[in-house]
Amino acid sequence: MGRTLAEKVWDDHVVRRAEGEPDLLYIDLHLLHEVTSPQAFDGLRLAGRPVRRTDLTIATEDHNTPTLDIDKPIADPVSRVQLETLRKNAEEFGVRIHSLGDVEQGVVHVVGPQLGLTQPGMTVVCGDSHTSTHGAFGALAFGIGTSQVEHVLATQTLPLAPFKTMAITVEGELPEGVTAKDLILAVIAKIGTGGGQGYVLEYRGSAIRSLSMEARMTICNMSIEAGARAGMIAPDRTTFDYLQGRPHAPQGEDWDAAVAYWETLATDEDAVFDAEVFIDAAELTPFVTWGTNPGQGAPLGANVPDPADFADPQERIAAENALKYMGLEAGTPLREVKVDAVFVGSCTNGRIEDLRAAAAILDGRRIAEGVRMLVVPGSVRVALQAVEEGLDKVFTAAGAEWRHAGCSMCLGMNPDQLAPGERCASTSNRNFEGRQGKGGRTHLVSPQVAAATALVGRLAAPADLTDNVAVEV
Amino acid sequence: MEKFTTHTGRAVPLRRSNVDTDQIIPAHWLKKVTRSGFEDGLFEAWRKDESFVLNQPERKGATVLVAGPEFGTGSSREHAVWALQNYGFQAVISSRFADIFRGNSLKNGLLTVVLPQETVERLWALTEADPTAEITVDLEAREVRAEGVTAPFELDDNVRWRLLNGLDDISITLQNEGDIAAFEAKRPSYKPRTQPVA
Repeated sequence: MGRTLAEKVWDDHVVRRAEGEPDLLYIDLHLLHEVTSPQAFDGLRLAGRPVRRTDLTIATEDHNTPTLDIDKPIADPVSRVQLETLRKNAEEFGVRIHSLGDVEQGVVHVVGPQLGLTQPGMTVVCGDSHTSTHGAFGALAFGIGTSQVEHVLATQTLPLAPFKTMAITVEGELPEGVTAKDLILAVIAKIGTGGGQGYVLEYRGSAIRSLSMEARMTICNMSIEAGARAGMIAPDRTTFDYLQGRPHAPQGEDWDAAVAYWETLATDEDAVFDAEVFIDAAELTPFVTWGTNPGQGAPLGANVPDPADFADPQERIAAENALKYMGLEAGTPLREVKVDAVFVGSCTNGRIEDLRAAAAILDGRRIAEGVRMLVVPGSVRVALQAVEEGLDKVFTAAGAEWRHAGCSMCLGMNPDQLAPGERCASTSNRNFEGRQGKGGRTHLVSPQVAAATALVGRLAAPADLTDNVAVEV
Repeated sequence: MEKFTTHTGRAVPLRRSNVDTDQIIPAHWLKKVTRSGFEDGLFEAWRKDESFVLNQPERKGATVLVAGPEFGTGSSREHAVWALQNYGFQAVISSRFADIFRGNSLKNGLLTVVLPQETVERLWALTEADPTAEITVDLEAREVRAEGVTAPFELDDNVRWRLLNGLDDISITLQNEGDIAAFEAKRPSYKPRTQPVA
């Protein structure tokens, strides 16, 4: 019987297989950041162990880094200590690091792909759940906890429980104004925050094939929001074209050998998935979340749901709690929900195509009175590219704030946070209570919806824009 | 890791689904570089509400958390496990756990037990009616026991063996160093290395 993409990558990394034991898998690339690594390095020190493969390990600073005044000492002493700890550990153990101020610094899941370190058929781990992003290349990539970070540092392997496979097949063409973000939010709403549990998802079908690498990363990024172990997309010409010429992409004969291998990875025709989900791309519309978990989402044209309409008692209670926290009334059209802030950025939507999409909508217009908009590029490279294209000027002319690279308001570990009760349309990945700041309220949206929302001051799609919000600059 | 064999203690019934890792330990706590001192951050936002179950005096000293489905959804932060342990919890019972949280818990000796939702409901009813009611989580027998409830649970044999013996994963893996080295010797030259390129 044929094998799926995920099974092929898994099989190619089994170091040891024994009855009654989990498979021991080799890890090709280990990404580190400041938040989940200090206790792992401490463990190594206590046991007197080195980092086994510093040449397969790379660190960047992202979660705590400020997006203003980056040339000054970090104001928060606790954040400063955490970043200094990473730098100290990297030096002591010989790990390559891209610190704040370095041209390669940025959100860890933006940095790996842009350097060409993330390649098809690899195993990639990081102490961060959004490691699933790298699955867009046909890599088996997943987030791990700090104990596992220490395990990979010490052994370059992980003992892993077997997984199941789920095909998410999206056929057809995405309508105008509907993006990868809308697609993945719709998938999560359909299968639920636990629907992917134990599964590696493989996104397939003509709608997926036609997506750019950056859009594919947006989709795989949020696989974890469906509870999945990982999300993957088979590598194809789009993948190879993205990789070719990047700093760590193979060259010459190595390139040809690599492509020959990568072409073998696609799921075999006769492979069988443990579960299958079908989605018609043509039926999708801009999608937003109304609740406090990413599965609580609806088309922008819908109303805030009535908890009484949920058959499952757990879902009903969750919806009641969510509406209370979000300050929303059942039955309110989502388009009437006013926002105080808009955030464009994160490992989900902080890449150049996302910034271009938002800028195209803001160009020549002003954001609504009383709305604060933050645009945070996913990496320094993305920021430099945006500046070269003049996008920064579009954002600032529209009244948005153009910031330095980092995770920023996705999780508010740095000073970029919502105030209690503030409502934000955010291109990030989680709408949990307090995620963007204590008491803050998050609606997950695409960059296009974020930009339109900033202009209107209420949740909106680009198609809603009329001339009266367009102001000549 | 501490061994886990069997544990008996009072419970905290947490009637919530999708208890995400940002609720268990909010992000600003993750700046700490230790594995201890997270107890005050546990459910920090919810604890500001006096009526929250953890704030009820009769729940003081409880060691078994009984929660709704999708417990631990969200980020990979192991701090969520440390916060529960630092606070004093030894076991968490739910009908579904998020994968990464579950893996993290079992690597730290916090036993996460999956029971059917109807059993969780019975444990909620029991411990809400009687805060002194105790729950026994018996890993040797793979069984949860409380008044009127005897519920078997499943746990992978290998994971159970590691927990019962308090074994450190890294030492076990390093016993297979030869296998790792042999695998590394076959690494194709096209696979990338992180050393800076000229």
